[in-house]
Amino acid sequence: MTWEALILLLNSPNARWVLAGSLLLGAGCGLLGTFALLRRRSLMGDVLAHAALPGVALGFWVTGAKSVAPLLVGSLVTGLLGAAAVDGITRHSRIKEETAQALVLSVSYGMGVVLLTVLARTGLGGQSGLNRFLIGQAASLVRSDVLVIGGAALAVTLGVLLFFKELKLLAFDPEFGAGLGLPMALMDRLLMGLVVAAVAVGLQAVGVVLVAALLITPAAAARFWTERLERMAILSAAFGGLAGVAGALISLSRPQLPTGPLVVLVATGLLLISMAFGSSRGLVVQRVRQAGIRRRGLAGGTPVRWEGEAS
Amino acid sequence: MTPHDLWILLTAVLVAASLGFVGCFLILRRLAMVGDAISHSVLLGIVVAFLLTGSTGLLPMVLGAGAAGLLSTWMVELLRRAGVQEDAATGISFTAFFGLGVVLLTLHAGDVHLDTQHVLFGDLVYVPFDILAWRGWELGPRAVWTVGGALLIAGLTTWLFFKEFKVIAFDPAFAAVVGLPVAWITWLQTGLVTLVTVAAFESVGAILAVAMLVAPGATAFLLTDRLESMLGLSVLVGVPAAVAGYGLASWFDLSIAGATATMAGLLFALALLLAPHQGLLARWRARRRTPA
Repeated sequence: MTWEALILLLNSPNARWVLAGSLLLGAGCGLLGTFALLRRRSLMGDVLAHAALPGVALGFWVTGAKSVAPLLVGSLVTGLLGAAAVDGITRHSRIKEETAQALVLSVSYGMGVVLLTVLARTGLGGQSGLNRFLIGQAASLVRSDVLVIGGAALAVTLGVLLFFKELKLLAFDPEFGAGLGLPMALMDRLLMGLVVAAVAVGLQAVGVVLVAALLITPAAAARFWTERLERMAILSAAFGGLAGVAGALISLSRPQLPTGPLVVLVATGLLLISMAFGSSRGLVVQRVRQAGIRRRGLAGGTPVRWEGEAS
Repeated sequence: MTPHDLWILLTAVLVAASLGFVGCFLILRRLAMVGDAISHSVLLGIVVAFLLTGSTGLLPMVLGAGAAGLLSTWMVELLRRAGVQEDAATGISFTAFFGLGVVLLTLHAGDVHLDTQHVLFGDLVYVPFDILAWRGWELGPRAVWTVGGALLIAGLTTWLFFKEFKVIAFDPAFAAVVGLPVAWITWLQTGLVTLVTVAAFESVGAILAVAMLVAPGATAFLLTDRLESMLGLSVLVGVPAAVAGYGLASWFDLSIAGATATMAGLLFALALLLAPHQGLLARWRARRRTPA
């Protein structure tokens, strides 16, 4: 893409809305993903995205509208139900967390598909709704959509900033947090609630499968660069925002290119670069460090780890 | 019941049986989400196989899908070795594969007659129309042969390696100590999961494949403490879910895959409530009988 083409692109108001939406979404999800990652809840994003389908279908059905807001509310409701189901099954039976996740994901998705077939028959266009749900519709975001997405992304960001200290404890040492008298179970639910909100918003833009990546990949990439939570959170938000903008630019540069998958591929590229060259845990640095240890004749030598974090 | 319905039902039953018992090992090894990951990664393989060979024949599709499934598992392993925790590694690799698959699909949208929906939601309704013929003989729907074959291979492999699978499922550390090739057996199991998922894919779609991989096994897990009975029960749970799902779907004209997943979820919910020892009700009563 030449500079003139880029400037021409940026002059179109629609492109600017798409870019703004992708930036806000990427940054908000990146920030939140830091905590989901450290709490080992990365895959919950994927689960909740699928659990949102029945809600999307219901929102569509009740209002018959194709605007973002009712779909958002629907996916919030069933997303929260899905989170509660995973939590309940894990807590009250011997079913393990991953099994409960896969179960809730696939069964609620099945229910959603059933609802969509009902919708398709009533002529409300379940098929187009489904397509949109699958790969998102970032390229056709309009001003009102971006306002909703931006507002929600901002709310998620504020939520994280407000409870930063509590979420930090939750990520590293929930027992210590509970010992301090902080309601750690409630904080865990808050984190899941924020993830539900982020997923409900992300769905609109990048679709059900790829929204999980917005929460996971930037955070995992940031992890290679630092051992400090604050830096990791900022970096993760920056990677997410960068992936959002770059992905949107690439997809706008050629017609027919879907935004969501490109955002995810840019994020994956950032992850691979970080994995190789990350200044804290990157493969190159690890090699150099190991060679140094060997030269000095010290036995063993493990990279520094955060307390409470397994290798 | 027309022969048409019977073929659909037979396919659904075979799918439920093959996914159900392979899923048991995934659940015991805490790998349930790997099934989800494989079923999404497979899209890339199907698209690449189509772009390379230009056909939607069975062999290129299965080979492409299988290769993508194993490649994504390999990528998870690679990320894990580089220090990414396992759940994140799984999420990163399947979204990357899926994203690349969608991009390729849309770039070649003009000359690809594969739509995302068919790949992801394959529909049982079309099963009886795709007949496998050999020298002029009609051998029944292709899907029955694919899924049946996958079931046979998975069954035979499990039977051959039953002892190894069992030890690794319950005590991988012990298995490693007594010298079992844990890594190889894990690859073998991943291969089986890929095989049954891919075989089930074109007739029931990705999401139902995940549902039938997990729900019957999880239900059986609540009903018994023995691996042998868990395997049998998972089939016994999966088959009625498939039959009930099909009945519900044809009665109300719904998506068969969706209705089956819903029924499987319902059976799990029933077991969660009412299982003799593990059920919520039984647990509550046991707690009441023994005052703390």
